[in-house]
Amino acid sequence: MSEGTLYDKVWDRHKVTRLPTGQDQLFVGLHLVHEVTSPQAFGMLKERDQEVAFPERTHATVDHIVPTGNRDRPYRDDAAESMMAELEENVRGSGIDFSDPDSGDQGIVHVIGPEQGLTQPGMTIVCGDSHTSTHGAFGALAFGIGTSQIRDVLATGCVAMEKQKVRRIEVTGELGEGVTAKDVILTIIGKLGTDGGVGYVYEYAGEAIEDLGMEGRMSICNMSIEGGARAGYVNPDETTYEWLEETDAFEDDPEEFERLKPYWESIRTDEDAEYDDVVTIDGSAIEPTVTWGTTPGQTAGITEPIPDPEDLPEEDRDTARRAQEHMRVEPGDTMEGYDIDVAFLGSCTNARLKDLREAAAFVEGREVDDDVRAMVVPGSQRVRDAAEAEGLDEIFKRAGFDWREPGCSMCLGMNDDQLEGDEASASSSNRNFVGRQGSKDGRTVLMSPIMVAAAAVTGEVTDVREMEEVATV
Amino acid sequence: MSSPEFSDGEAPAEKVTEVSGTGIPVRGNDIDTDQIIPARFMKVVTFDGLGQFSFFDQRFDDEDNEKDHPFNEEQYRGANVLVVNANFGCGSSREHAPQALMRWGIDAVVGESFAEIFAGNCLALGVPTVTADQEDIEALQDYVEANPDAEVDIDVAEETVTYGDTVIDAEVHDAQRKALVEGVWDTTALMGANAGAVREAARSLPYVPDEHVPEPAAEDGA
Repeated sequence: MSEGTLYDKVWDRHKVTRLPTGQDQLFVGLHLVHEVTSPQAFGMLKERDQEVAFPERTHATVDHIVPTGNRDRPYRDDAAESMMAELEENVRGSGIDFSDPDSGDQGIVHVIGPEQGLTQPGMTIVCGDSHTSTHGAFGALAFGIGTSQIRDVLATGCVAMEKQKVRRIEVTGELGEGVTAKDVILTIIGKLGTDGGVGYVYEYAGEAIEDLGMEGRMSICNMSIEGGARAGYVNPDETTYEWLEETDAFEDDPEEFERLKPYWESIRTDEDAEYDDVVTIDGSAIEPTVTWGTTPGQTAGITEPIPDPEDLPEEDRDTARRAQEHMRVEPGDTMEGYDIDVAFLGSCTNARLKDLREAAAFVEGREVDDDVRAMVVPGSQRVRDAAEAEGLDEIFKRAGFDWREPGCSMCLGMNDDQLEGDEASASSSNRNFVGRQGSKDGRTVLMSPIMVAAAAVTGEVTDVREMEEVATV
Repeated sequence: MSSPEFSDGEAPAEKVTEVSGTGIPVRGNDIDTDQIIPARFMKVVTFDGLGQFSFFDQRFDDEDNEKDHPFNEEQYRGANVLVVNANFGCGSSREHAPQALMRWGIDAVVGESFAEIFAGNCLALGVPTVTADQEDIEALQDYVEANPDAEVDIDVAEETVTYGDTVIDAEVHDAQRKALVEGVWDTTALMGANAGAVREAARSLPYVPDEHVPEPAAEDGA
């Protein structure tokens, strides 16, 4: 078993007791709530006549079903309206802070937590959402839970969990031009598989990770779950602290920042920590990476050929065959030149200000291909406002992008933003499952925000490095 | 299975020591939760009625005509043991996925491997997720296909799956087995009994202000 890692330390600090099942009861430092997975949990709580135990350690927003166009209430979609109304009633009745659309703080739950400083190092963070792993970027232990576990957390402030193994994933070297955090995580999942992380928590480390800003670290931790790991984290460092200092939590309270910093430092992985597994990946060899199939593990560098299923391990062949049929791709080809109909820049993986800045810098002076419908969905109202203050919205709109209101949007098609028929999308989101973007015949190619921008302009999957002036921000 | 009654401080869940019934095979690795229940069916505030939407897009085409899928086949109506392959339930944390399967009639899932959040969600519903080797699973799927009326018996405590004359040496994760066999899978009740220790743990954390820790309720007995 691992020893001396951040995971071990944060676990120990939050362990309440060992349960009769052999699981540990862990105190939850921050419980994030959204409208899709929480109503049933609040319902169960009411059935049991129980109250929310730690309302001040709980924070809600609305993201999955919220429209990204007309947001007048009641929402045009009755189902969306009733989910929103249910959430409003539940959180207000329980004294839970709610970043609703009127607050100016609404956004995707994994964008608003970090930007408001709710997310901090050394916390345990849960949410009824598998991409909760995002918050691990701050050195928190963060993982997705199911609705019955949400009930547990609401009622007791705790989750029951078993401790897992820790795999250190060391990404060495410097990332090349046009290569981003998204390419790193797609490469990792491609190498280790979609179930390679089952039973593990991932510690991301190494020069290439340390060089990333918080946005990049969040993109990487976000997709831990796509590799089967329920949680992933990066040890907190000066980059982390610089982000935190500017959040609501600390910008007016430098003393609180100084008071907590020793704790944050104390939970960093020890120099002589022991891991259950270590994997090293050469970051300098990673190229812009995209998916060719229907799982986030079916990836290839942009110049790499799509594999022949017969050359894959036996257990992967059938999935690969079906994926290639769905995507209509041939082994031996590269993904470069794959026609796209939709460009989606958004999601909890890649809809932060830095993502939008990088894409905008590429788009400036260019135009969206005539056959492509392209949209930008900022991760939060704050991201939207900051982007507008810099004029990014104008750059996108001039180029032919639709500039929308924040939400999960076309990542999972729970509102009006959906693929139609067999449309193919270049998407900065996290899942390319069949049907994920709202149409069961739809085809999703996952990639970084600048690769989405390049695909929007050319109408096909494009190696951004081949375009002139690759912008870096 | 009936829903468990809740009583203060005690573990109220019923014991799940074995599941018996007919099987239904759903083949393929990496079957994700978007396939088990597409997101558009999650625009609801209860889990009621989700069963009919299990594997919806695999079962019906655009005109709502039935496609080939075990969940459409008459011979598997009434089956309660789902037999799957590797990494079943990967993707989102939606409990709607096991809820849909359970409401369709599934009481246990046997497979090569499961995504963790999915398995945890199943446990919260008292649905065992039992694993076995690839060859054993494929043989069981073949058997169920050939004998849709034959009984499959899962012994959670002994970690076996029995069909015909065959006994599969299976595995039920330790904590899951203990929780099911001893009837302690309702973790709300289990953890609620430790409220005093929870407050203590919360107070010991430098980032939790004292005012965020609730006063003990009278019935806690703290």
